Amino acid sequence: MSEKNIFKLTNLVKRFTKGKETLSIFEDLNLSIKEGDFVAIMGPSGSGKTTLLNMLGGVDQPTSGEVEFDGKGIEKLSENQLAKWRASNVGFIFQFYNLMPMLNAHRNVELPLLLTQLKSKERSQRVETALELVGLKDRAKHMPGELSGGQQQRVAIARAVVSDPKLLLCDEPTGDLDRQTADEILEMLQLLNREFGKTIIMVTHDPSAAKFANRVLHLDKGKFVEKELSL
Amino acid sequence: MNSFLSQSFAVIRMNLLSLPRRLWMSLAMIIASAVVVTILLAFLAMARGFEVTLKGAGSDDIAMFLRDGSAAELNSVLSKSQVDLIENAPGIAKDKTGVILSSELYVIVDGIKKTSQTAANIPLRGTSQTGIKMRQDFKLIKGRLFNTGTTEMIVGAGILRQFDGFELGKTIRFGKNKWQVVGVFSTGGNVFESELWSDYRVIQNLYNRGSSVQSIRAKLVEAGDIKQIKEYIKNDPRLNIDVETEADYFSAQGKSLNYMAIFGKVISSIMALGALAGALNTMYTSVADRSREIATLRTIGFSNSSAFVGTLFESLTLSALGGLLGALGAFLLFDGMSTSTLGGSFTQVVFSFELSQDLIVQGMKMALGIGLVSGFFPAWRAARMPVLTAFRTE
Repeated sequence: MSEKNIFKLTNLVKRFTKGKETLSIFEDLNLSIKEGDFVAIMGPSGSGKTTLLNMLGGVDQPTSGEVEFDGKGIEKLSENQLAKWRASNVGFIFQFYNLMPMLNAHRNVELPLLLTQLKSKERSQRVETALELVGLKDRAKHMPGELSGGQQQRVAIARAVVSDPKLLLCDEPTGDLDRQTADEILEMLQLLNREFGKTIIMVTHDPSAAKFANRVLHLDKGKFVEKELSL
Repeated sequence: MNSFLSQSFAVIRMNLLSLPRRLWMSLAMIIASAVVVTILLAFLAMARGFEVTLKGAGSDDIAMFLRDGSAAELNSVLSKSQVDLIENAPGIAKDKTGVILSSELYVIVDGIKKTSQTAANIPLRGTSQTGIKMRQDFKLIKGRLFNTGTTEMIVGAGILRQFDGFELGKTIRFGKNKWQVVGVFSTGGNVFESELWSDYRVIQNLYNRGSSVQSIRAKLVEAGDIKQIKEYIKNDPRLNIDVETEADYFSAQGKSLNYMAIFGKVISSIMALGALAGALNTMYTSVADRSREIATLRTIGFSNSSAFVGTLFESLTLSALGGLLGALGAFLLFDGMSTSTLGGSFTQVVFSFELSQDLIVQGMKMALGIGLVSGFFPAWRAARMPVLTAFRTE
């Protein structure tokens, strides 16, 4: 793990307004995450962990405060600038995999590469490598509906890493899987962190999943709190 | 390939591949567009067929003389002295026997329509050998020509198709007079095929027309050049006569069914509004159905314009399929269909629906218009889909 911060959040405020009511999610949240770290963010429902993940991924913007990625603020980028930033720097892994049901595994994994200038042959090679990494090279032609939940999540991981982003953001990546499959997925994330140096930020409810991270942050009522990891 | 193009192609591919999920709604949109196009093309093909039938009859090298102010042969009358004066007009071609000119009569008789078994007006034209020769497309397809001075007639192929009792060899009674069908002729599908032809002198006699005629056709020395003739008529006060080329005469007559095309366009535009409402619903449903996919792609880094293009393309594809289906339907149902309607002289004109390439293009434009409008607003919604939708739980 590097000593360099990949993320630095300063005085982050997020509020939602509904009618006359204003709901505060964070008030002056501060956080630094080192490059190459594997961070789990835990907390009860409504604690703001997914909102935080969305802001780290540039899919939601703070009410005020700064979100620095690699020393550059991303909180003021336009929607299209953020889309480009995500394409080059972030891989997303969702709880329900979010694969395109009409595309086979190969085509699903290829999607982020369509945003690059790579030629079709190079894209195919990269997709094969990514599918090999998650152990699904022989399932390249399978449609998502023909794969188990664990296999679909592995395809989603291959899609997240195929363009070689620095950062992986995982939203409850094992929330829809049984224990054994969940552990296999978490071991894969651990491998991507240790062997490939990916910075991983994972939101989870599950203390067993958080165990795989190097650092666990507990978010409660918009603030980080110290807490023992209890299994 | 350019990143925008590869993104757009990928989104278009995904949208089209996901169509089976929305099969019934997509089919409804295709069928609605198809019905609009079929109706539009039916009216346009009808109007076009009528126009072609009349225009095809007119020749540029024939001058047509009618009484001043007569819009059609039926309400024209020319005296023998006027005919004699016209024979001396300049610019009329001559052969060994003299000026090439045909005096003609045009009377209305009854025929029974095959489709409705009701009586309808058909024209009995009195003409001559010269008049027949002037119709360049004339072809005797059965029997022989009528003999001069007899009550023999030849029957146009269109009359034979649409009316009962005009078969070769039949004897027909119009009022007190009996006529014998001795031949069947074609004039290449134009309006003359909707007529019965006989000797004009016999008709003058049987219909008490004395020595008058209703129209004169004269071969021009130079095609389209009627300036000298007009000048000649203008300078002789006895000639209260209009002259124009036969092509111009029939072109004006052909436009009389233009209201059919306008009516068709109005009807299909009203129907298109209905189809548009259905298509908008289909496309909004499509965007809602694909909301998680659209948001996931946006999360990965796809641009919002690719979501816009993908949705618009889907809409255009469905409406284009509808347009093609509608054009095919119109082609199978109407193209070449023979029918008859009342022409400018209150007589039945037999014509065929004519579905030409340019009409199909008009139909496709209508279909694509439906696709464009019904796709634009849903595509705008797709482009503005919040990325956070991808993170919503099921």
